[in-house]
Amino acid sequence: MDKINLTIDNKDIKVPPGTTLLKAAEKAGIDVPSLCYHPDLTIHGACRVCVIENLKDNSLLASCVTPVQNGMELSTRSMKARKARRRNVKLLLANHPNDCLGCDRNGSCELQDITHNLGICREDIEEIQGEVRKVPRDQVGPALKRDPNKCILCGRCVRVCEEVQGVSALQFSNRGFDSIVTTAFDLPQSEINCANCGQCATVCPVGAITEVSEIKNVWEALEDDNLHVVCQTAPSIQATIGEEFGYKAGTVVTGKLIAALDKLGFDRVFSTEFTADLTIMEEGAEFLQRITKNENLPHITSCCPGWVKYAEHNYPELLNHLSSAKSPQQMFSALSKTYYAEKEGLDPEKIYTVSIMPCTAKKFEKEREEINASQSKDTDAVLTTRELARMIKEVGIKFEMLEDKEYDILMGKHTGAGTIFGTTGGVAEAAVRTVKEKLTGEPLNRLDLGFKGINKAEVVINDKIIRVAIVNGLKNAEKILKEVKKGQSNYDFVEIMACPHGCVGGGGQPLPVDEKTKELRGNSLSHTDRQSVVRRSHKNPMIEKLYSEYLKEPNGSKSHQLLHTSYKKRAKN
Amino acid sequence: MKEKIYRSHVLICTGTGCVSSGSKNIKHELQDELADNNLLDEIKIVETGCHGFCEKGPIMIVYPEGVFYCQLKKEDVQEIVQEHLLKGRIVDRLLFKEPLTEESIPSYKDIDFYKKQHRIALANCGKIDPESIEEYIANNGYEAAGKALTEMTPAEIIEEVKSSGLRGRGGGGFPTGLKWEFAYKQDSDKKYVICNADEGDPGAFMDRSILEGDPHKIIEGMIICGYAIGADEGYVYVRAEYPLAIKRLQKAISNAEELGLLGDNIFSSGFNFKLNIKKGAGAFVCGEETALMASIEGKRGMPNPRPPYPAEKGLWGKPTNINNVESYANIPHIIAKGAEKFSSIGTENSKGTKVFALTGKIKNTGLVEVPMGTTLREVVFDIGGGLTEGKKFKAIQTGGPSGGCIPSNYLDLPIDYDSLLEVGAMMGSGGMVVMDDSTCMVDVARFFLSFTQSESCGKCTPCREGTKRMLEILNRICQGEGEQGDILLLEEFGHHIKETALCGLGQSAPNPVLSTIKYFKKEYESHIYDKRCPAGVCSELSAAFVINKEECVGCGQCVKVCPVDAVIRDKEENYSIDDNLCISCGACAQKCPVDAIKQG
Amino acid sequence: MKSLEELRELRKKVEKEIKMRKDNSAPKIIIGMGTCGIAAGAREILQAVMEEINKRDLDVEVSQTGCIGMCEKEPLMDVKLPGKDRITYGNLKKEDVKRIIVNHIINTNVVAELVIARLEE
Repeated sequence: MDKINLTIDNKDIKVPPGTTLLKAAEKAGIDVPSLCYHPDLTIHGACRVCVIENLKDNSLLASCVTPVQNGMELSTRSMKARKARRRNVKLLLANHPNDCLGCDRNGSCELQDITHNLGICREDIEEIQGEVRKVPRDQVGPALKRDPNKCILCGRCVRVCEEVQGVSALQFSNRGFDSIVTTAFDLPQSEINCANCGQCATVCPVGAITEVSEIKNVWEALEDDNLHVVCQTAPSIQATIGEEFGYKAGTVVTGKLIAALDKLGFDRVFSTEFTADLTIMEEGAEFLQRITKNENLPHITSCCPGWVKYAEHNYPELLNHLSSAKSPQQMFSALSKTYYAEKEGLDPEKIYTVSIMPCTAKKFEKEREEINASQSKDTDAVLTTRELARMIKEVGIKFEMLEDKEYDILMGKHTGAGTIFGTTGGVAEAAVRTVKEKLTGEPLNRLDLGFKGINKAEVVINDKIIRVAIVNGLKNAEKILKEVKKGQSNYDFVEIMACPHGCVGGGGQPLPVDEKTKELRGNSLSHTDRQSVVRRSHKNPMIEKLYSEYLKEPNGSKSHQLLHTSYKKRAKN
Repeated sequence: MKEKIYRSHVLICTGTGCVSSGSKNIKHELQDELADNNLLDEIKIVETGCHGFCEKGPIMIVYPEGVFYCQLKKEDVQEIVQEHLLKGRIVDRLLFKEPLTEESIPSYKDIDFYKKQHRIALANCGKIDPESIEEYIANNGYEAAGKALTEMTPAEIIEEVKSSGLRGRGGGGFPTGLKWEFAYKQDSDKKYVICNADEGDPGAFMDRSILEGDPHKIIEGMIICGYAIGADEGYVYVRAEYPLAIKRLQKAISNAEELGLLGDNIFSSGFNFKLNIKKGAGAFVCGEETALMASIEGKRGMPNPRPPYPAEKGLWGKPTNINNVESYANIPHIIAKGAEKFSSIGTENSKGTKVFALTGKIKNTGLVEVPMGTTLREVVFDIGGGLTEGKKFKAIQTGGPSGGCIPSNYLDLPIDYDSLLEVGAMMGSGGMVVMDDSTCMVDVARFFLSFTQSESCGKCTPCREGTKRMLEILNRICQGEGEQGDILLLEEFGHHIKETALCGLGQSAPNPVLSTIKYFKKEYESHIYDKRCPAGVCSELSAAFVINKEECVGCGQCVKVCPVDAVIRDKEENYSIDDNLCISCGACAQKCPVDAIKQG
Repeated sequence: MKSLEELRELRKKVEKEIKMRKDNSAPKIIIGMGTCGIAAGAREILQAVMEEINKRDLDVEVSQTGCIGMCEKEPLMDVKLPGKDRITYGNLKKEDVKRIIVNHIINTNVVAELVIARLEE
């Protein structure tokens, strides 16, 4: 179709029909401030911060929702547009606690940035200040906390939860000035059908939804001489934490990450990729068994705690399809307090396990009752990528000056298969690689599965076609699960990750984030996999050692005691 | 089927207004009386919808003479039967009396309230039994639908509606024909027709009256629209607080289905049309079309930005035409009688008639349908009978809670969409509140704004936060804490909200404030600078009431009505008011039988 | 509903039902229902009129009036055809009603021997 011609700030531009004014302005080199707009979500048009002036009739247009028209003459910077924009930001601030000092998002807050850029000061707000929203906070945890008083009602959390996750745990409630975003019946977020995926926290422009921070606990453990603090880093962290220190999205900084953790005082720095390999062994064995016996198919992965909780709420009848293998985090922690303790001659009671996770749901996972195998709590603390970055910044470590280090060997050695756990399709690919080679002795070529939505692949193993589906985002999962429920699915293996793009798009990852960033992160993990010398989990020498010296065999009795778990039905509300 | 012929029909209004003033009892009494006198074979009782003159309810009209009885009590029924129905003698004391002349008017058609009206949308209301599809058909009902489906193409219908000049009666005033054309031009496997019956303006009840009094007209209008735009399914979105309207509409739909006027292959034209009722929970904002559609879809009623317009992406993403009740009620008339006849009424850019809900400090209140271009003066003084006892006209507020207040110098303004906008008000759905000199305009602005404030959906910043700040300023002014700069701030906020709010509700919410500042700025200034409420309404800024001892008869009624116990009775049975306690509400003065209490 | 004709057919059947509520040009019968009239049997006359109208399915507007001062001539009944003079019949008996309706209303022939007054158009 013909392009549309228009002028923005005296600059002639041509854009395709249907382009919004906001996008057109971007093309003209102008970033129009906005708050409710998010590139990955449907447009909402609520905050009215992105207004620009139509010079032909002096009307104001919300640029995020208005499509271009031929011959438009617009100004993003006229006095009228700037005034209106300032006024809307002031109106938001007049009903906001404005206690930036105590806010988790101080420094990464979009409202704060805009306020700063527009030069709005306290006096401007006091002039119009009246009643301020005062409603109770939800701090029950363990994964997420909400402060509705900070909420600016941009609706991004509502949209991500509905449009991307299909969960709709958060909704608008009440009317007018009393409007808030809340859960059904105002229940704590932990008591409802919420997967704890934390996507709401990643799109929140302010500090209204954040993870429950465990930094304080970790510092206390690190300072305690009686404790031996072991940490594991999830596969995706190496590809994302760099962003917190000014690296481009997708820069892999594994060595510096390990060095930083070492500097912070962790006694051992291990990688969750090690237990990702272990997961493949366990889950692979389980899958092999199921496929041979043709039972509980499709086999569905269980390493994502967001997905597991979602299944418990919404598809309890499918729980027998889930792999009984624990997630890599929980396998790691269980082994830390058993295998590792034994090897190092440590008292398991004195071991404190910390995991660095891309994820808010992992904070919930560690609290599950049925998960503890080591007689005490397996995982003591979970830090998100953002929390870890904060600890590093607190002590002033110059990240870019760190000298690369390597993981401690016993539970740090891993394969490329473990690495790609951090992105969507990784678990499936790793499992199929191992299964295929076990059965045929042939290595598997890359499945090359894309990053978005639902992907399907077929792998031929000894004349048998194995149908694999890879899903990320819970709304996409719903489609496959409905098929499974109706008995219409012909899949053998389904990998489900709650977050779009898998763990690289997790709820605990650096902000701000959008589809593009997630894609860059995922690409670099796949690249790391391709560069790995060992790409198949069962070839990991430390895994071989673990089995020969401790576990004996995958799916054996020791494994079952330490590395497998069960699931329970949860209420649908 | 041969209908029995009766010598007389007694029409009893069973619209919501008359039912609440007791028309059901009247009907039962009449039935008993007729039975006692052996008249059931000769005289038929017909329950009708609203006549619009609800203030005078319960209303009864006796045909063939067309005698209009009003404000009936159960005890009056016997007299009507004995005198009028048996002996043909009109019962004078039960007739309507013109407020100006005190003259009794026997015939319905001769009452000023009705005489000056021109009824198209309300034509059948109060004249037929809304639960009888036969009576609707007897009044040429479904003739227009039959004509449209069998003799006209969709394009011809749209052309007819376009040239009729009909504009949306729900408030926006968008040309109906153009709207239909947009939806018609969309290529889609499925389209919808929606009737917006989410009447939310306080005091407005024309949509309810039409649904209660003439439901088939809406069905017919929607059938024609569905055929014109190519939709095979329609929704009537009506608030659950209108149970009678819902019941009658439901009955009308099933009767129309039985006769094959809804369903498949209507009039053998190959056109199918199905109609559903969706009950709304009464959120004001659901009258906004995008919010209404969200509500039908089961989502929170919140407006969405337009474009895309409903005609492109409406209900469930399909092209949808949405009009309000009164708009659809005009359609059968336009198709049956032709666009030319319709457009011969009205002003250059506003054709046809408009129904107003006339209320306030006026003698005759109720629903009135007048040609566009009728002046405010005609509505207020000729139809409305002027102001109540000895009061002076101060302003008229049009357009519902987000309309504007028009002062007396515009009384000769011909009412149409554009003229009202020009003076800072709007047509809205047709609310009209007449105010006299005892009304405080700041308080009025505050009242309307507090309504829109609490009914805001909370989506966009200017409406949610901005109207709240404006309301806070108005509250301050009314409480005597107004400051210099407040008027300016109100104006700034008002214009800001108008220009940046997402939907029509927000964009018009500041109207009552802006229009009262425009025309009654002095009152604002008195509140802010002189700390005085000239109308004596704002209690913090009004003088206390005083009892004139000479005139007081010592009945003590003022003591009973005072909400703050400010009236004191001393040992000598003398009454006085404690001016420290008095909140100037005026309840005592209103109650006083001898007018001994005045504001000091 | 198959066609417009079908609708019009139906309308024809039902429109008499509500005709009296419109301004119409149907013949009118007015019966004197003062105390004198009732005493002289006006109720029976009225009932006979209704019976006849129903039997013949006629479009006639029936109304009543009070005493017009000719009490000795009661029961009285006026017939007014559109565009014609108003004819007053008096001293009626039930049997006369049928004659008047057949001759005057249906065939527009005034029943001269029963006429007691004529009010010109």
